[in-house]
Amino acid sequence: MKLTWRTFSVNSPRTDMHLTWILTKRELGAYFDSPAAYVVLSVFLLFTGWFFANPLFLENTASLRSVFDLIPFIYLFFVPAVTMSTFAEERRAGTLELLLTLPIRDWQVIAGKLLAVVIFLGVGLAATLLYPLSLSLMGDLDLGQTVGGYAGLLLLGTTCGAIGMFASSLTRNQIVAFIIGFGIIFVLFLLDKVTVFAPGWLAGVLEYLGTDFHARNMMRGVIDSRDVLYYVSVTFFATLLTAYSLSRRPE
Amino acid sequence: MIEVDHLVKLYGAERAVNDISFEVKQGEVLGFLGPNGAGKSTTMKTITCYLPPTEGTVRVDGRDVRTDGLEVRRRIGYLPEHTPLYTDMVVRDYLAFMARMRGVDPGDVRDRIRDMAARCGLESVLHKQIDTLSKGFRQRVGLAQAMIHNPPILILDEPTTGLDPNQIVEIRELIRSIGQEKTVILSTHILPEVQASCDRVLIIHRGNLVADGTPGELQAGYQGAQTVHIRVDADARAVWQVLAPLEGVEVAHQEQDAEGWTHCVVSTREKADLRPELFRLAVENGWTLAELYRDEADLEDVFRQLTSN
Repeated sequence: MKLTWRTFSVNSPRTDMHLTWILTKRELGAYFDSPAAYVVLSVFLLFTGWFFANPLFLENTASLRSVFDLIPFIYLFFVPAVTMSTFAEERRAGTLELLLTLPIRDWQVIAGKLLAVVIFLGVGLAATLLYPLSLSLMGDLDLGQTVGGYAGLLLLGTTCGAIGMFASSLTRNQIVAFIIGFGIIFVLFLLDKVTVFAPGWLAGVLEYLGTDFHARNMMRGVIDSRDVLYYVSVTFFATLLTAYSLSRRPE
Repeated sequence: MIEVDHLVKLYGAERAVNDISFEVKQGEVLGFLGPNGAGKSTTMKTITCYLPPTEGTVRVDGRDVRTDGLEVRRRIGYLPEHTPLYTDMVVRDYLAFMARMRGVDPGDVRDRIRDMAARCGLESVLHKQIDTLSKGFRQRVGLAQAMIHNPPILILDEPTTGLDPNQIVEIRELIRSIGQEKTVILSTHILPEVQASCDRVLIIHRGNLVADGTPGELQAGYQGAQTVHIRVDADARAVWQVLAPLEGVEVAHQEQDAEGWTHCVVSTREKADLRPELFRLAVENGWTLAELYRDEADLEDVFRQLTSN
């Protein structure tokens, strides 16, 4: 079947995606127009660079292990900082009303903003590709672990981003949004680290619910559908909560 | 074009809008008048699909806001109260963004921006960041974004608040010129604004519709006591002796100024015009007439009468 651009009517799903993308571009523009984004990205690279270079030169190991272990930690603060403004600031400034009265569905607004967050996090991750690149020049790089690790981190970031956006949709105060987002992400991060204190049957459940656990699975170089499914479903659930929170339209 | 039928909107237990019905015809400029918190903004928010109605129906161009929200929103250009804008954006980029979001064809965006800039007087600030603009320019950016997709309906919530008198006149003229081709609903609590720009006025008070008509009709319908001022070069006592015996007429106030002119305020409960009679009396008594005028009951009186207590 041959379809051209012209055959799509105004209501077609393709136009819907198109509107979402226009919103994403605006959000990205807002991120990269502000100096804060570059500060945040620089700090991100500074930390990861330190944790990459230290073991490399001191212990002589060609591994991304320490970087991959660090990033979920950084995300605890980094992701809520990126997402805190998404809805809270729009609500404070009143632009949320303008945005939600455009001919666009609420889910498109959420999707557009989440996509921008993911791309922003992706830019941060992409900058760290310098480390595996330099490793591959110097020694043996495990490609499976590297690809799995990056995929895991991006999925983890997406999930945390969706949670952070939900937190941002609850309030008009960015600081409150940050604290709520950090709180939820921190609890989910801790879940698989408290299993020693839990009875056996609960330990498995907690482990599965923990955000960090699945990323670490993927860092071993195994992309398991269960891990991917976990991230996709948590992201979806957080997005649903955001949609509900937006639909209540408080002043 | 817009039909609001028994609209009720509750915020919790509070009735922000209480059973309002009205219709707006194509090409009409409708003014929403009411004290702060009367339900003007809430009504507008239900028409623009921001808030769902609690009860009743709102239809725009025959489409229900509940079931056909996207189509309704496509037909409306909306300027919310306080003119929210993405202040970190450059005017041109902001207008381009809003145009694309409102479904303007990518190829037409540039032309639409040029049109709107000319119409709203934005040429000189297109390259400026919005948070560096004055209130008046921001308001124009807000109007430009509302009209950028050339919608048949414009909804403007308090488009002139916070502007200086010159800017108010400019925005009003802009609205009047828009009103010649579009259906416009604008809300305000400034009365001269309604008189200046609206074909029809709805007065809302505590969520209820208390008046509906043209500014002229409202004025005519609510005229109470009629007051006439007269100033003549006669002795106060002489004037009193002539005016006091008139039937159905009351001399409310009388004083003689330093130059010998007597100023007299005469009122009647009847609708009859007192001026010809007073002029005749002045001629009869050989008074020189310096002033003779009637106090018009203006919209302000109507408004106060309807929304007091």
